[in-house]
Amino acid sequence: MEEKVLLKGNEIIGEAAIRSGCKLFFGYPITPSTEVIEYLSANLPGQGGTVLQAEDEIGAINMCYGAACTGSRVMTASSSPGVSLKQEGLSYSAAVELPMVIVNVNRCGPGLGGLGPAQSDYFQSVKGGGHGDYHLIVLAPSKAQELYDYTMQAFDLADQYRNPVMVLTDGYLGQTMEPVVLKERPPAQEWDRSWIVDGAEGREKRILASYSLTNEIGEANNLYWEAKYKEIQKKEQQWEEFHTEDADYLIVSYGTTGRISKSTVLNARKKGIKLGLIRPITLWPFPVNAFKPFLGKIKGIVTVELNTGQMIEDVKLAVNCGVPVELYRRQGGMLPTETEILEYIEEMIMKTDAKEVQA
Amino acid sequence: MNKVFSRSKGLTDVPFTFCPGCTHGIIMRLIAEVLEELDILEETIGVSPVGCAGFSQDFFTCDFVGAAHGRAQAVGTGIKRALPHRTVFTYQGDGDIAAIGTQHAVHVAARGEKITSIMVNNAIYGMTGGQMAPTTLTNMKTSTSPFGRDPQTMGFPMDFPKLLAGIPGAAYVASVSVDSPKNIKKTKDAIRKAFKVQQAGLGFSLVSVLSTCPTNWGLNPSESLKWLRENMMPIYEMGELKVSEEVEKL
Repeated sequence: MEEKVLLKGNEIIGEAAIRSGCKLFFGYPITPSTEVIEYLSANLPGQGGTVLQAEDEIGAINMCYGAACTGSRVMTASSSPGVSLKQEGLSYSAAVELPMVIVNVNRCGPGLGGLGPAQSDYFQSVKGGGHGDYHLIVLAPSKAQELYDYTMQAFDLADQYRNPVMVLTDGYLGQTMEPVVLKERPPAQEWDRSWIVDGAEGREKRILASYSLTNEIGEANNLYWEAKYKEIQKKEQQWEEFHTEDADYLIVSYGTTGRISKSTVLNARKKGIKLGLIRPITLWPFPVNAFKPFLGKIKGIVTVELNTGQMIEDVKLAVNCGVPVELYRRQGGMLPTETEILEYIEEMIMKTDAKEVQA
Repeated sequence: MNKVFSRSKGLTDVPFTFCPGCTHGIIMRLIAEVLEELDILEETIGVSPVGCAGFSQDFFTCDFVGAAHGRAQAVGTGIKRALPHRTVFTYQGDGDIAAIGTQHAVHVAARGEKITSIMVNNAIYGMTGGQMAPTTLTNMKTSTSPFGRDPQTMGFPMDFPKLLAGIPGAAYVASVSVDSPKNIKKTKDAIRKAFKVQQAGLGFSLVSVLSTCPTNWGLNPSESLKWLRENMMPIYEMGELKVSEEVEKL
C-alpha cells in the first residue's frame, strides 16, 4: 500500500531505512542531521530494531562496522564535522567490504563552519576521504522523494557490492518538509552471506579483517578492490537529464542546486536560450557516460556548486577538456537563486559568442 | 597411551609468533580453555585490535573481526547489538584500550555493554618497538621516554581497570597476572567469571592481565617476570576490583 505523508527530509531518510529492513542505527547528534537519529529512536525499536547513541562519531561508525560484519542492515547519519570523524572507520569498512549506509547531511565548512547547506564535502565523499585507495558509492538526492528512494537503493547497492554507500544530502534537504510517497520496495535480492561472522557453528571459523601481512598480499587485495570499483563504475552510473535534447549549453549540478537549476533551465528556455541540465545521481561512480552524446554538439558547460569548485574537476575529466567548463558557486551556507545562475550563464554565452565572431 | 594434556580446542594449530618470554600466549590459552570449558566456542565472536594482541585473530578457533586501533569495543558493541545471544569478547593491549580507545572503554562500561574485554598490560607499546604507553611506570625508560617517564611532562601511569571499576555499568572488573602458576590459575578463574557475567547478561566485564615484554623491556624472560612482580604489581591494584551484587550471586 502506498501512502503519502508530509515529513522533514531527515525523517524521510529514517522512514526509508526502516522500510529497507535496517535493523541497527548507531549515531551521534549533530545539526543539521539530528532528526535522523531522533526519528529512528522513536520508530525503529518498535519495529524490532536497535538505536544506540554512541559516545562519538568514531564509536558510531565502528559499531556499524561490527554490526555489518554480522550481515545485518545498518546505518549511521551525521553532518560534515561528524563525517570527518568517521573517515577512519569508512576506510576500514571499505577494506573489509562491509555493506552499510552512511548519510551525510552536508553543512558548510571547513572547521566548525555553519549549519547552512553546502556541497563542500564532495571531494571527501567521492575521492576516498579516509586513508588508502577505496571508494564509497555516493548517491545525491535533490528532493524529498529521492531522499526516500535513494536511501532504499543505498541499502540494496551496499548488499550487492559489499561496499559502504553514502547518501549525500545537505542542510536544506534535511530540514525541508515535503510530501513523499512511501512506496513499497520489492524485497531485496538474497545476496551471498557466506562471508559473515556470526559464530562458527558447524563451520570453519571466519576472520573479517584488513591487515595484509606481506606486500604481495597487499597488492593482491588492492587489485581485487580495484576490479570491484571498475565494475561499479561500469554498471552503476546514474543521472537525470532535463531538456538536454537540443541543448547548446548544459548545467551540471547535483542535489539542491540540481533542483534549483531546473528552474534556471525553464527560465532560459522562455528566453530562447537552449539550456539543458545533467543532474548526477551517483557522484561516485561519476556519470561520465552522460556526457558522451554531447561532445562536439554543445558550446559550454556550467557546474553549479555549493563549494569552491569540486565536481567541476570530474566534469572536465568527463569531457576530456573538449568543452569549456565554467563554475558558478555560492558558499558558506548560501544558496543561489535560479535567476542569478541564469544571469551568469547569459554572460558566459555572450563571451562564447564573441569568441565565435572573432574566429 | 592416555593423552593427559593437549592444545585447547579453542586454539588453531597456528604456532604463536610472540617473542620468547612474552606472556600473550599464556593469556590466549587461558581464554581458549575457558571458551572450550563453557562450550561456547561456536557461539563466540572475538574482536582483535592493532598491535601484538592483533594476532589473536589467527590463534583462536572462533570467529574473529579485526578492528582499527582502539576501536575493538565499539566494534564489539556493534556485533553484540546485532547478535545479542552470541558471546563477544575483545582482546586488547594497554595502549589500544587505555590510550587511543579510552572513550570506547569508558562508554562500554557506562552502558553496561554485555561484552567481555581482556586487557593485556605490559606497560609499553610492543609491536611498534617499545614506546611509552599510558601504563608505562614513572621513571621507566622507553624509546619515547629515553630518560625515563617524567610525570611532570609525560603524566602518570594510569590504573585503567580501577578507573573502569568505578563506573556503574561495569559488573565485573579484575586485575590479575600470569607471572606464576598460582596467578595463572587466578587469571583463568577471573576470565571464566567475566564470561559468565556476560552469559548472565549482568553487564560489562573486564579482566586486566599484567604481562611481560622481555624484548622491549631489555630483560630476559625470568628477569621480566621478576620485574613485573617487583615494579608493576605495587602500582596496579590487583585482585577483583569490582564485583557487582548480581555477580556475587553467580
